[in-house]
Amino acid sequence: MSTHYDVIVIGGGVTGLSSAWWLARDGLSVLVLDKGVVGAEASSRNGGGCSHYQSPLFLEEQRLWPMMDELLGYPTEHQPERVIIATNQPNLDHYHFIAGMCDEMGYKVDRLDPQTAREMVPIAGDNCLGGIHYRFGGHANPQRTVQAYAWALQDLGGRIIQHCPVLTIDSTGGKVTGVTTPQGSFSCGSLVVAAGPQIMALLEPLGIHVPLVAARAEMIVTEPAPLMRYGGVDGNGLYGRQTLRGNLAFGGGPHEWIDTAPEGVRARPTTPLSRNLAKRVAELFPKAAHLNVIRSWAGIIENTPDGRPAIDRLGNVTVASMSGVGFGLSPATGHAVRDLVVDGQCSFAEISKLGLARFATLAPDWRETQGWLPLETA
Amino acid sequence: MTRIHDAYAIDGKIAAPDEVADVVVIGAGPAGLGAALDAAKAGRQVILIDENPVAAALAGTDVPLWFGGRATAALQAPERLIETLVENEPLIADCFEAGVDVRLGTTAWGLWRNREACGAMPRAMLGISDGQAATTLAFATLVLATGARDCALGFAGWDQPGVMGALAFETLVTRYDAFAGSRVVILGSGELARNTAMLAQARGIDVAAIIEVRDAAQSVFDGMPVRCGHRVIRAEGGIDGVERLIVADADGAEQAIACDTVIMAVDAVPAIELAEVAGAMVATEPMRGGAVIPGGAGEILPGIWLTGAVTGQMGSREDALAQGRNVMALALGGADALPVTADEFDRMAYRNDWLRAFVSTSPDTTMVCQCEEVTRADLIGVQPPNYLARSEHMGQRSLGTLLEDGPPDAEQVKRLTRAGMGVCQGRRCREQVSLLLAMAANLPPKSAPRGNWRVPVRPVPLGVMADWQESAAMRAGWDVWFGIRSQWIPYKDIGTPEEARKMANIHGSGHL
Repeated sequence: MSTHYDVIVIGGGVTGLSSAWWLARDGLSVLVLDKGVVGAEASSRNGGGCSHYQSPLFLEEQRLWPMMDELLGYPTEHQPERVIIATNQPNLDHYHFIAGMCDEMGYKVDRLDPQTAREMVPIAGDNCLGGIHYRFGGHANPQRTVQAYAWALQDLGGRIIQHCPVLTIDSTGGKVTGVTTPQGSFSCGSLVVAAGPQIMALLEPLGIHVPLVAARAEMIVTEPAPLMRYGGVDGNGLYGRQTLRGNLAFGGGPHEWIDTAPEGVRARPTTPLSRNLAKRVAELFPKAAHLNVIRSWAGIIENTPDGRPAIDRLGNVTVASMSGVGFGLSPATGHAVRDLVVDGQCSFAEISKLGLARFATLAPDWRETQGWLPLETA
Repeated sequence: MTRIHDAYAIDGKIAAPDEVADVVVIGAGPAGLGAALDAAKAGRQVILIDENPVAAALAGTDVPLWFGGRATAALQAPERLIETLVENEPLIADCFEAGVDVRLGTTAWGLWRNREACGAMPRAMLGISDGQAATTLAFATLVLATGARDCALGFAGWDQPGVMGALAFETLVTRYDAFAGSRVVILGSGELARNTAMLAQARGIDVAAIIEVRDAAQSVFDGMPVRCGHRVIRAEGGIDGVERLIVADADGAEQAIACDTVIMAVDAVPAIELAEVAGAMVATEPMRGGAVIPGGAGEILPGIWLTGAVTGQMGSREDALAQGRNVMALALGGADALPVTADEFDRMAYRNDWLRAFVSTSPDTTMVCQCEEVTRADLIGVQPPNYLARSEHMGQRSLGTLLEDGPPDAEQVKRLTRAGMGVCQGRRCREQVSLLLAMAANLPPKSAPRGNWRVPVRPVPLGVMADWQESAAMRAGWDVWFGIRSQWIPYKDIGTPEEARKMANIHGSGHL
């Protein structure tokens, strides 16, 4: 096996794998290293939403999603459009405000009267006051999509090594030359660091400061319900979807800020928050309240201080953290990272406001002032 | 300096438990009953929780045991079933008499405590449910006497009514008086199979045959129809399920054995669900029945004790009762160490011999996961479920290609194939999935990759699990995602006056 690659990507999550796939599509030799299994972190433990209109990458995301199954060669379960229904007036007002923002950006949103909303969401109840219908966006299966990127990358000759944490990033004269792992050293022309919460510790020795804090967030899933026309339905303080199998998978509510060791977090505990999620799902879908909850789980998700992505290139190192909103944007993120690595700038969108420069004036005690501190665990 | 808390973080939002008890025992089998009785006699306040009688709908999905559609209509009358249970287990009446708060028909579906990556719990607590509502229950001492569950291994025709587990059979016969069969074939010949056969005989249930895949019986049977060196070809039946089992002897000669029930008594599996979700370390120990908590009986986490069949120890009712008492004595601080017992039988190797034989006689279209309809070929091929088109590329993918990336990962295979993701929570397939993956990866059974348990460890309806009395703090600090307003500002507005206006409007609960 070769030990030199045009590009090494640290992190086999959805961002790293999409980036690697885009780079491999360019004919570059690519190696992805993951400390565990591909997509084991936030990438496969999220709501599967693909409707992040606020992002400069959104138009490209929208262009790509309908083609992803074909481009990758593997199923992602992508389904277009979303419906958001309200069970109280403040939420309905809020959804209408969001709809207004979408109008402004030119993304079509229908306002739904209660009857139409209930027809579109058969498991909604009499408490449904209406909602909004995104004629854009959608949702996909995170776990299947992560694996699809991984396999598509391999089909293009890319290599993935799992259970292979990067111990150090090697550099000479300010230029990264490769990485050292328990399985030996690998050299590269360029490095992409898309290692989620581990980005900070990996890059600190190079003098690249990426402020990130990780948190644990919880979801629950039920046994299958009859399939709805639009599986991408949420509201009532929840995000999530009905899977193509019919299961209702939803998350939301408070997160727990945690400290992460360089080797990552081993445990993914949940809490009685499952009960608060169950309450909200039962309120949102009264006609599905009899369905059994069959699992809960937690994901580890990193955020920047302003919750916006950190995508930047410094020398031959490209950093990509999507700050908790990465799955849906991943087709476009990979394209942007490919552009940064190969061309030095994103070809399809202006993304300078997502660069690391904005953190230069960050107060050293920002975690304390934002209250993003871990709780005592013992 | 006062610490600042993120308003949308979990800090302080998980409510105090609805109830606090001194001693809580989960499981009213012999070990749990022994522990609860002794604690009550020692003057402690004790709550004893047992999920039996289980709701008919749950039993119908083979939770918690593999009932295999062979329960009578008695399961539809839970109040009568409670009486039957109490009549059939004199120690329950003893517990009532000793002042134990006995809660039958109550499920312990969650157990949460602070540990790595979680400091949100005000204290450790259980999630329990009586089928109508869920509450939380904290404890000073918790004894998990959760017993064992059935080990299901698939052969041709196993996915029809009348194929069931030995523990479900025992429960239906000895606790519920609700077994619907009359003529059984028992698979396996170890202690579990012997106990099953003796129980059947004692209750006047016809034992048509005891099938052993190995060349010799694995325990002593007196005058019972044991057939060694036999393989199961398939179970055949009609609308009510099994009518006969086709077996082959060592020479391959096939024979049909008429029966209405096939009882799989190859092995039982320690029911470690609650221990695992609480954060106990889990290791695979083939002599103790696979995934168990290392160390066996005793304190596994602060204030949390393990006793009985959940430890992976097989033994008599008397052994379990004695161990329950011993563990409680230890927990109450007045006893010596527990007697150490040696296990010598490699249960996983035995399971594996059976599964290999099943694989050799059944087509690879045989179901592995009944809930999600995943066949053995789909599992080993790592193929997506039926409702997805299988692309040309997909056909070139298999467990083999996954193994090029690293050792087999049960969770990864589960997510890709959906095996184990159904309403029985993988109770009918996780052991066979694990062993099949090990076989395909050329790993010994003890290195078989396993899927983990998550809360709820029993299926619980949304409306039952729901916290309808949610705290004001939870309501006020609830956000769809992280409550970071700047996260949702359209890119073009960043750094413009419009940013402030939108920040002011994207508030509180309801970000998208």
